[in-house]
Amino acid sequence: MPYSAGVDVGSTQTKAVIIDECRNIVARYLTDTGADVVAAAENAFRESLKQQNILEEEVEWVIGTGYGRYRVTFGNEQVTEISCHGRGANHMFPDTRTVIDMGGQDTKAIKVSASGEIDDFCMNDKCAAGTGRFLGAASAALDIPLDKLGKTALESSNGVNISTTCTVFAESEVLSWLGRGKRVQDILWGVHESIATRSMGLLRRVGIEDEITFTGGVSRNEAMVKALEDVLGKKMNVSDDCHYMGALGAALFAMDHIMASRNPQPVEVE
Amino acid sequence: MVLTVGIDIGSTYTKAIMLDGDDNIVTKVMRQTGFKLSEVSQQCFDDLLKESNKDASEIDYVVATGYGRHQVKFKDVHVTDLTAGARGAKLLFPGTQTVLDIGGQTMKAIRVEEDGTVKAFRLNDKCAAGTGAFLEKTGRYMGYETTAIAKLLEGATRPAEISGVCAVFAESEVINQLSIGTPPADIMQGAIDSLTTRAIQLMKRVKGEAEYTLIGGIMRFPSMPRAVEKKQEMQVNLADEEMSQFISALGAAWLGRHRFSKITSPEFLESEGWERRFMGDDEKIAEHKANYESMGYEVKIVAPVNAEFSSDCGDCAETACAEYKVIYTKKTTSNV
Repeated sequence: MPYSAGVDVGSTQTKAVIIDECRNIVARYLTDTGADVVAAAENAFRESLKQQNILEEEVEWVIGTGYGRYRVTFGNEQVTEISCHGRGANHMFPDTRTVIDMGGQDTKAIKVSASGEIDDFCMNDKCAAGTGRFLGAASAALDIPLDKLGKTALESSNGVNISTTCTVFAESEVLSWLGRGKRVQDILWGVHESIATRSMGLLRRVGIEDEITFTGGVSRNEAMVKALEDVLGKKMNVSDDCHYMGALGAALFAMDHIMASRNPQPVEVE
Repeated sequence: MVLTVGIDIGSTYTKAIMLDGDDNIVTKVMRQTGFKLSEVSQQCFDDLLKESNKDASEIDYVVATGYGRHQVKFKDVHVTDLTAGARGAKLLFPGTQTVLDIGGQTMKAIRVEEDGTVKAFRLNDKCAAGTGAFLEKTGRYMGYETTAIAKLLEGATRPAEISGVCAVFAESEVINQLSIGTPPADIMQGAIDSLTTRAIQLMKRVKGEAEYTLIGGIMRFPSMPRAVEKKQEMQVNLADEEMSQFISALGAAWLGRHRFSKITSPEFLESEGWERRFMGDDEKIAEHKANYESMGYEVKIVAPVNAEFSSDCGDCAETACAEYKVIYTKKTTSNV
C-alpha cells in the first residue's frame, strides 16, 4: 500500500502528514521549527512514520511546503503553501471557497475554486502585525502560554481596545492596560479582536464567500475562531487538523503524483 | 534606494549622471559623442555602472536628453535639453531665473519659472557661429586643441575684434589677425567676446532677469563667464568646472527620480488599474510574484512610500522602505 507525505515547514512550527491511497490521514506530527530547519523537517517526518510503523520506502512521494520547503532535503518536490492550504481545505471541507490561513508570521486570505485551485490570494504586509506573532508578543508580555491564550481570552466580559498594530509595541500596550487595572482576560480578548479586524481587510480583498475555512497554527486558538466569526457574522469550518492543512495539501499533491505515475496516460500516437 | 540616470547626448560630448533618492550624485561620466550615438550612450551607461559598482537592474529610471536623446535605446523617457538644463540650473542655484546654455552646436537662453519649468527660450540662429564649435574652429586654425584653449586664454591682454558672424568665415578673420601680428591668446579672447555679445542678445530676447546661471561645455573656459559678467555688469551663477557640463544630465536624472516616484506612487498605480497586494521582503515578493503570474496576473514591484506605514511604525518605516517591496497586480486582458 503506497503512502505519500507532506511536510510543511512553517516559521514557528513544522508539520508532517502521511496519507494512504484512500487519502485518509494515517499519521501526523508537529514540532517546533527552531533554528535547525533541516532537522525539524526530518524529525517531523520520522516521528510520523514511527506512529504507524510505516517504512520510509513505503512513502513513495514527499512534498515540502511552507517557507522552509527547500530545506526538506528528503522531499521529492516543493509546492507553495498557498496551493497546499487551498488543496487541503478543499479536501477536508469540499465546499470551501475562502481560506484564512493564520500562521506565525503570515496571515493569508485565499480564494479557492470548486476544484481546489487558487483563484486569488492576499497576505498581510510585513511587519508581523496581525499574525500569530502578535499573539506570541501578548503571551510573552502576560506570561501566559500560547495554548492557554484563547481559553483565557474567552473568559473576558469587557474587552479592551488595542490600538497598536506593531508587534513590538504590543507588549508595552498590554502592560499599560495592566497598569490601568484591566483584567488579563479583557486585554487578551482585545488582542484577538484587533487581529480579527485586521484580517477582515485581507478577506474582503479576495472576497468573502461561503464556506470559509480557518487554517494554520492560530486556528487552534478558540478565541481567535470566535473573534473572526464575530467580525464575519458567520461560522467558519474549523477542525483539530486545521493546522496540518498545508501538510495535508502537500500530501494530497504527492498522492496525485503517485497515482498519475501508476496509471500512465495513454500516449497519443500521431 | 532609488537610483536614476540622466544622460545628455550633446553634439560633442555625452554626459551621464547617476543620482540617488536624496539627490546625491553617485557618479558621473563623460565621453566624446562621435558618430555612433546609440553606442556612446550605452558606453556611458556601462561606465556609470562600473564606477558605482551597480547592476543595470538596480537603476530605476533613465531619462535621455540632448540632441541625441532619441538614440538612447535603454531610456525610459526623453526630455528636451531646455527642460533638463532649466531643471539642473534651478537645482544647483535655486534663485535662477535665466539660464544661458552654450554647448558644442547650440546656444540657448532660457527663462525659468519658479517651479523649475521652462517659461520661454531662444536658440541661436542656424549656423554654429555662437557656439562652442566656433571657439573650437578658431583654436584649431591656430593649432590649439580644445583642451588647450583655457590655458591659452590666460595670456590674453588686448582682445582682438572678431565679428564672429560665421564660423566658416571666422577662419579668414583669424588669418587676418595673425597676419597683423595679433597674439593667438588675444584672438581667442576676441572670439570669446564675440560669443558673449551674441549670448547677451539672446538673453535679452527672452527678457532675462537675475539670477543668471551659465551652463554647458563652454563654461569650462573661465574667461567666458567672466566676459558675460563684465558685459552684463552683474554676477552670474556658475557651477564649478567639473560640474557645469553636467547640468543638463543632472536635471534629467532629477526629472527621472520625480517621474519614477510619481509612477510608483500608490495613487498613480491605482489610477492605472493596479491593485496593491502586500509588502514583503525580496524572497517573499519573488515567491508570490511567481504565484500571481501563474494565476494570470501581470505583476509590478515597487518600493513602499512612507505613507504606507502607520505612525506607530516610527523609524521602522524608513528601514522597511529600504528592505521591503510592495507587490501590485493587474489582471491581464486574457483572463478578464
